[in-house]
Amino acid sequence: MREWRYWLNEQRGTLTGLAIFLVMFAVYVANHPAGFTANVVHTAANKGVLLAFVAMAQALVVITAGIDLSVGMVLVLTNCLASWIVVGGAMPTSLGVAAVLATGMLCGTINGLLVIYGRLQPIVATIATGAVYFGLALLLRPFPGGSVNEDLADALTGRLFGVVPSSLVALAAVVLLVWLPFRRSVAGRAAYAAGSSEPAAFMSGVPIRRGKFAAYLLGGLLAGMGGLFLTFFTYTGEAAYASGSAYTLWSIAAVVLGGVSLYGGRGSAVGAIFGAFAARTTGDMLFAFDVDPLWQPLLQGIVLMVAVSLGSLALLRVRNRLDWFQ
Amino acid sequence: MTAAETPPPLFQMEGVSKRYGGVRALEKARLEVVPGRIHAILGENGAGKSTLIKIMAGVVAQDEGRLLLDGREVAFRSPAEAAAAGIACVFQELSLIPDLSVADNIALANPPRRFGMIDRRAQRKLAEEALARAGAEDIHPRAAVKDLPLSRRQMVEIAKALASGPRALILDEATSALTAGDVAKVFAVLKRLRDEGLALLYISHRMHEIAELADTCTVFRNGRNVASFAAGSRSNSEIVEMMIGREYSNVFPPRQASARLASAPVLECRDLGWSDRLREISFSVGEGEVVGLGGLEGQGQRLLLLALFGVLRGTTGSVLVDGSPVAISGPAAARKPPLSMALIPEDRKTEGLMLPMTVRENLSFAALDRIARGGVIDRTKEEQSIDDMVRLLEIKTAGLDVPVGTLSGGNQQKVVIAKWLMRQPRIILLNDPTRGIDVGTKQELYQLLRRLAEAGAAIVFYSTDYDELIGCCDRVLVLYDGRVVRELEGDAISERALIASALNVEAGQKGTAA
Amino acid sequence: MSETSESRLSVKARLPGFLRRVDPAVLTAFGCILLLLLLGSLYSSNFLSPDYLLQQLKVASFLGVVAAGMMIVILLGHIDLSVPWVMTTGAMMACAAAGFGNAGASVAIPVGVLSGMAFGLLNGIGVAYLRIPSMIVTLASNVVAQGLMVVYTGGFSPQDSASNAIRWLATGALVPGVPNAIVVWIAVSAAMVFLLTRTAFGRAVYGIGNSERAAFLSGVGTRRVVMIAFVVSGGLSAFGGVLLAGYASKAAQAMGDAYLLPSIAAVVLGGTSILGGRGSYVGTVAGVILITLLQSILSVMQMPEAGRQIVYGIVIIVMLLLYGRAPPSR
Repeated sequence: MREWRYWLNEQRGTLTGLAIFLVMFAVYVANHPAGFTANVVHTAANKGVLLAFVAMAQALVVITAGIDLSVGMVLVLTNCLASWIVVGGAMPTSLGVAAVLATGMLCGTINGLLVIYGRLQPIVATIATGAVYFGLALLLRPFPGGSVNEDLADALTGRLFGVVPSSLVALAAVVLLVWLPFRRSVAGRAAYAAGSSEPAAFMSGVPIRRGKFAAYLLGGLLAGMGGLFLTFFTYTGEAAYASGSAYTLWSIAAVVLGGVSLYGGRGSAVGAIFGAFAARTTGDMLFAFDVDPLWQPLLQGIVLMVAVSLGSLALLRVRNRLDWFQ
Repeated sequence: MTAAETPPPLFQMEGVSKRYGGVRALEKARLEVVPGRIHAILGENGAGKSTLIKIMAGVVAQDEGRLLLDGREVAFRSPAEAAAAGIACVFQELSLIPDLSVADNIALANPPRRFGMIDRRAQRKLAEEALARAGAEDIHPRAAVKDLPLSRRQMVEIAKALASGPRALILDEATSALTAGDVAKVFAVLKRLRDEGLALLYISHRMHEIAELADTCTVFRNGRNVASFAAGSRSNSEIVEMMIGREYSNVFPPRQASARLASAPVLECRDLGWSDRLREISFSVGEGEVVGLGGLEGQGQRLLLLALFGVLRGTTGSVLVDGSPVAISGPAAARKPPLSMALIPEDRKTEGLMLPMTVRENLSFAALDRIARGGVIDRTKEEQSIDDMVRLLEIKTAGLDVPVGTLSGGNQQKVVIAKWLMRQPRIILLNDPTRGIDVGTKQELYQLLRRLAEAGAAIVFYSTDYDELIGCCDRVLVLYDGRVVRELEGDAISERALIASALNVEAGQKGTAA
Repeated sequence: MSETSESRLSVKARLPGFLRRVDPAVLTAFGCILLLLLLGSLYSSNFLSPDYLLQQLKVASFLGVVAAGMMIVILLGHIDLSVPWVMTTGAMMACAAAGFGNAGASVAIPVGVLSGMAFGLLNGIGVAYLRIPSMIVTLASNVVAQGLMVVYTGGFSPQDSASNAIRWLATGALVPGVPNAIVVWIAVSAAMVFLLTRTAFGRAVYGIGNSERAAFLSGVGTRRVVMIAFVVSGGLSAFGGVLLAGYASKAAQAMGDAYLLPSIAAVVLGGTSILGGRGSYVGTVAGVILITLLQSILSVMQMPEAGRQIVYGIVIIVMLLLYGRAPPSR
């Protein structure tokens, strides 16, 4: 086998996510009345970026064979916080941004502590912390409102050189500055190793706890970034329960579409980004096809159902029935 | 190097003991590992070999005794600490991460770094060097481990151990999954490593490998080392002799005079195969007969029982019950008449019992379809069946409503057996049922087996304890590499014959079945 | 199994019979209920009045029915996240059937429950036969159910008000003074206790939750049991939705959203292990009452929704840290 084949094999999940997205996006653009214009791309990018941040956060945790059901609520909480403190001149704004991101990390830290050191099951632990985060959000914003530094918001949600959506640039920067270093670090490898086979990782002397903890922490950070961007898009903060749960749900869907294995150890946050864009495009595509908007949620649900069922095809290869139970 | 001058030992164990619960795994073991030597460890199942290397590799801690490295006392709290001290181990159960690449795995514990990040180019180089050192240049460093066949994975495991730059290398059955070509390569590598001054500890059941490779041999028996000698100074049959002679206190019920009844076989296998792990297995078991499965661990005995019980998919060949071919779709089908099979599984704690559930619930679990009427459990009937079983097997428990996990190992095993006897099975498959249980209970189980056979059951009995096979079985099939390599019957079932055929060597004439 | 857990088991075995059988988590849950009642009575004198308590039980009964289904699934070591929209589906389908005259009204409740069971079947097939993680299948079917209901309510402008029978079931009083919802909850509870303790199915559920391997090797049709459990859970969720529609007199979108977290929390606080295999139904009842009282007392104290969510989350985390921890890895 040649070198590129191995590369292909390594990136299979991510590339599947990319392919799904590209096909959907091509169909969408081809059927869009306006065609492939900067405007269409811009709108699609801004819609997708929010979910992309949350999906990356979810991917980090899922890679360790965990799950974070509080990720949407962290987004909501940081959104509400940002609508208070990311205001004013350059200095207060940057301090505010830092504080919002630190809050995201703190949420991730709490999840990580409970799961790794508290030895709680990730599902219930993060459902419970999600309730707490949502409560705090509600405390901050009992009613929708607030504001944000509009210059910064417009800069990050507008277009660079009139063509490139700056939200995409920001997303790319986060991939370069957060995801790639994590993936290349010892902690990142430990996260993968622990997710793939914890006993083998232990035997090999891998720092399992450090790896998992880093994943939860960065997951919180990325969800916080999502919250920040949500504020930039809407100029307000809102503690909306339904929106938080929807983000959590679609982050899991995006992760699955982006080729990240829910059993851990496989996939990448980049794949999750493609998965997020693909999930977002499903809705847009139906719009372009003139499907009644009413049908959108149902068709999205069916796409999701089919996508997760495809993963079970590997079962047909199981020859020892006891392997079902591992 | 000349054999006359012995360099000082790199690693020593002195008076090391280890117990698991009440079972003594190692007793005052002694070992000296010398640089530039290949040291073979021999012993039958349960002689303490694997405990020995687990202690050496930092996987478990000893109860007493000292470990010395370069003459200084050391204690390893984890495999990582042992690795840092220069002791690398190639484990039998693979320690590779399936989803990571070969290079990632080789550099797993301590990857080369630049600016805090893993330097992939350096890692690649390191992996290529390690693979070359292990004689496995054909493996691409970027291949995912899960896509490699077992034999290649084993080579990666060896390369991984070498990459840490060890001073001592432990190989536990490292060749068991390898093809003949790979074995030759690995041997060349090991000899080169020896000449480079590494200390090698080699655990294997393959006598011809040891004869070819080892400089020194140590034989373990009952957790003690019985002898150390230069390789080649003893014959195979002498070595087998040393491995024999476990202390036995077991008393077995008398075998039936004419064990094999004239009746047609109840259970019969013809050319049974599965994957490449079971091959062309043919045998039959008659009414009232106890057929043993012998051989080293992991030669396919467990899989054979699972195949008979319908757990494996895609088996080839045929299984016949009462002379007619049957397709067994799973345990649910196997337990029902006309098959009426029962399987006492390998691991009672995860496969046989639900530990937190009560003794009562466990006892009736497999027979609920018989006890329940229309899905509703008939409590009087359940009570009665349970009472019968508790009395029959003399299960000692504080009550029927305590969690079964509170019982002693022997009584837990009795519960596993009782839950199946409640169905009155005709074909009983047992997977090493006496492992880790006390002598008294073992005696009771032997008696029980014989009584069940006399009552007409056909029994297949896998045991890792040769003594049991000798004492309990009318016939013994010895498996090696997924095949039946020998069938012993009656008085031909001797410890010497069993060990020799398990090792797949001839051990002289004495007592060997022709 | 590690030695520590065995010794823990044996400590438990030495307790007197009564205490041994009752899970400490259940005792704690009941203790907390008493504590809450005490606290509540300090705030308001009518907190201990029969009227108030009956009202609480009535509110609890909707959650109780949903939590019963959730418990079976959690006992298996799975989870059902499709509760919110399966509840809504049940409520809407029942109301819709009620729109078809007398014949429709008479089958309204079964129609609602059956539509929930259909989603349960979808979940069950996905989990048991395709072996997709339950969390994912149930999330997906939640989206599908939501999508169906959006299409249905948006496209057909159906009847959404509950029929008299449904209203009677939730708010009427067959026994004077006792709301029917409580009677229904008691009936469901009795059925659950019977199912879990007296039937082969119940034993199989516990067995699978403790060790699916052991249950499979014992010859139990594990896949069928898992599938049926999800069907039961779907049916009970939908039934809870039907009752809720009767209570509110109508079915509304997102009416089930507030029931997912509390139903899981009630089961877990009642001492059922989220890993499956351990837990008693009486604990779930305690958990349901505990959560309902907690919600009620927080609102009596005029704690805003925000504070309620926070207290909620923290109570669950603390209880989990006390009872729900996995054994140490080494």
